[in-house]
Amino acid sequence: MAWALRGLREGIVTTGYPKKADGYGAKFKSSVSVLGAGTDPSPREQPMSGGRGSGPSSLCPTGAIEENRGEVALDRGRCILCGRCVETRPGRFVFESSPEIAVVDREHLVVPGRVESDEEVTRVRAELRSRVRALRRSVHVRHLDAGSDGSEEWEVAALLNPVYDVQRLGIFFTASPRHADLLLVTGTGTSGMEGPLRTTYEAMPGPKVVLAAGTDAISGGLIHPSYVTRAGISSIVPVDVFVPGSPPSPFSLLHGILLAIGLLPASAVR
Amino acid sequence: MTPPPTTALVTPEELAGVVAGRVAGGERFAGLFATAQDDGSTVIRALLARHGSLDIVQAALMPGRDRYPAITPLVPPAAWYEREIHDLFGIEPVGHPSLDPLLVPVHPTQHWRPRPGTSRPGEAVRLDFDTSPLSSRVAGQGLFTIPYGPVRSGVFESVEYLVETFGEDIPYLRSRVHYKHRGIERRFGELGVDDGVLLAERVEGTAAVAHALAYCQALEALGAIHVPRRAGLVRVVHAELERVASHLDSVARQTEGAGQAVAYARITLHKERVQRLRSQLCGHRFGRGVVVPGGVAGPLSAASDEALRTLRALERGITDDARALMDTPSFLDRLRHTGVVSPAAAASHGALGPVGRGSGLGEDVRSDRPYGAYSLLGFQPAETSEDGDALARQQIRLDEITTSFHLIREALDELGEEDADGPWRLPMQPVEGIGLGWVEAPQGELVYLVEAEAGRLKRVKQRSASFHNLALFPQAFGGDILTDFVFIEASFGLSISGVAG
Repeated sequence: MAWALRGLREGIVTTGYPKKADGYGAKFKSSVSVLGAGTDPSPREQPMSGGRGSGPSSLCPTGAIEENRGEVALDRGRCILCGRCVETRPGRFVFESSPEIAVVDREHLVVPGRVESDEEVTRVRAELRSRVRALRRSVHVRHLDAGSDGSEEWEVAALLNPVYDVQRLGIFFTASPRHADLLLVTGTGTSGMEGPLRTTYEAMPGPKVVLAAGTDAISGGLIHPSYVTRAGISSIVPVDVFVPGSPPSPFSLLHGILLAIGLLPASAVR
Repeated sequence: MTPPPTTALVTPEELAGVVAGRVAGGERFAGLFATAQDDGSTVIRALLARHGSLDIVQAALMPGRDRYPAITPLVPPAAWYEREIHDLFGIEPVGHPSLDPLLVPVHPTQHWRPRPGTSRPGEAVRLDFDTSPLSSRVAGQGLFTIPYGPVRSGVFESVEYLVETFGEDIPYLRSRVHYKHRGIERRFGELGVDDGVLLAERVEGTAAVAHALAYCQALEALGAIHVPRRAGLVRVVHAELERVASHLDSVARQTEGAGQAVAYARITLHKERVQRLRSQLCGHRFGRGVVVPGGVAGPLSAASDEALRTLRALERGITDDARALMDTPSFLDRLRHTGVVSPAAAASHGALGPVGRGSGLGEDVRSDRPYGAYSLLGFQPAETSEDGDALARQQIRLDEITTSFHLIREALDELGEEDADGPWRLPMQPVEGIGLGWVEAPQGELVYLVEAEAGRLKRVKQRSASFHNLALFPQAFGGDILTDFVFIEASFGLSISGVAG
């Protein structure tokens, strides 16, 4: 009895997201954007060490930044949010706070995006939508760690705490891949987890969706290259949704899951 | 700043005897690892902890030599360390009782070994693992092996426990951690000093602050740098918040295992609030980017009175629920006498952190070898327990949460009295040589050995408490049954990414 009262004492602590924006979620540093050309003041001091080559890429320990004839592009799929570029060239790079950063196309993680061919985006989304039609009211998620650093697991598990409480949205975590519709994979894809990842994916019934959670799962981040890693999990299983972040916050993960099953309000789809 | 380590040089033949002698003399075996040299030789270093210091005993294997007399027969806690050396370097500790692969179970036809330490560019090698199942160790009628993992029920890190059982009792248990091996140690060797801290934060993502701190302290010891006082205080705030979050995680998993739905919801709510406070103070929910070589990236980003208010509310909520939890018999019954690590077993293995303290070992790096601002703050280690069960470990964690809040409040008070200006970090000159850094991570003593050479990281070796404690894990199963597993695992509070490296 005492515990039941304890549970009621604080009232509702659950976020209104995705129906309403969440005050905390929107304050969170979730990604880095590139500001337009011409606003870049003279670069401040260079970092003491690290980097590969010169120019903007030496600002980035994972080589997420590329400069081509004055055009700077940043790949959020490789960015580990260390903030070195933001600190060193604040006129060029800036932290974004929207947690809605999941995409269905790997290329869309590169910012500023190229002029998109609308047809292609529409086709990818339509394909995914038709595949997940059966999952829209309820989706069962199987999490799999393919070589994460452990922080992603905390953020995934946080989805079950009373603040995010994803069951309210019909999202359930399941133990068996046989019951799972969505495979949520963290980590860079190690030699050891390659087999278990493939087996888990194959054990899932169709229709199935794979979500790569975190920069490590998308590109290997700072961990790759090594003698036992792959540059993300997409070379092992086909990935449908990419959620960058190091680690991605629970809001970003939730956005990714909702995107995967076509449950996002139109305003939240990029 | 920590003093330079004392190093005793011995021959490979003497190594086992010298280490065993010092352990018999009261020192604690704290680790063993190798470093490949460019000339083909390999240096093996053992770490021995005394009150107040950490010493190195070092032996060199000449080029081409790939055997030395094993330490494990004389010092059993070295078993996993020698398996690791065997895996990563292809060096055989002769006389080791069981050289099963630990981190890289490669096919016998693959001869390439990572050998961290060499500056030779990495060959384009990808190791493929031998995934054939292990044979059973215990024979008898009705015995079978349950392979639990690497993909397990729930949101867990990947690890496999091979449980040999009659159905209820667990006479034998092995863990296989290689699934998550990421080759971190070799990767360190490809990075510069500033990027090294980013990788350290990703060795054990849930103890990112502790890892960054140990890494930076090793470098600062090398560069003879005293970090600014207020940077030391900011480090304490973040390190202790990390401990609170980590301990709450362990408690939450116990309540989840016992089906205490409301308690689970309450504890995970507190944990979420701690993560939010951390992000308000630095912009990252895991405190990444806070600790940098020479100090911290900057001040706390929330006003300290605002942080104090949040902190007080959090502390009240946690203390209140913790008291109710320790007064819930249906929950405590699951923990009492579960997963007992006897004080004798803990002492002979040198168990670390809350696992050690739950079994009578009082060592806490924050008071035994004080670092950073802890010596300023009047830190008192938690009282130990002799019970050695999951309940004892939980009580230790709850007590430590209280201590952490106390330390954070003190640090915030001190920060409020600091001058408004002055540096948050000191510039680091390029360093050379071998430095040691140690911290009390949430899971226990964490040690970094950093060897820098010509501006590059020649060798970074981290020894997480989880690595040391996981080897003790099977010993906690005497008399326990399968349904106790979740409590024993949660009460150990291990991070597999730190074990697998």
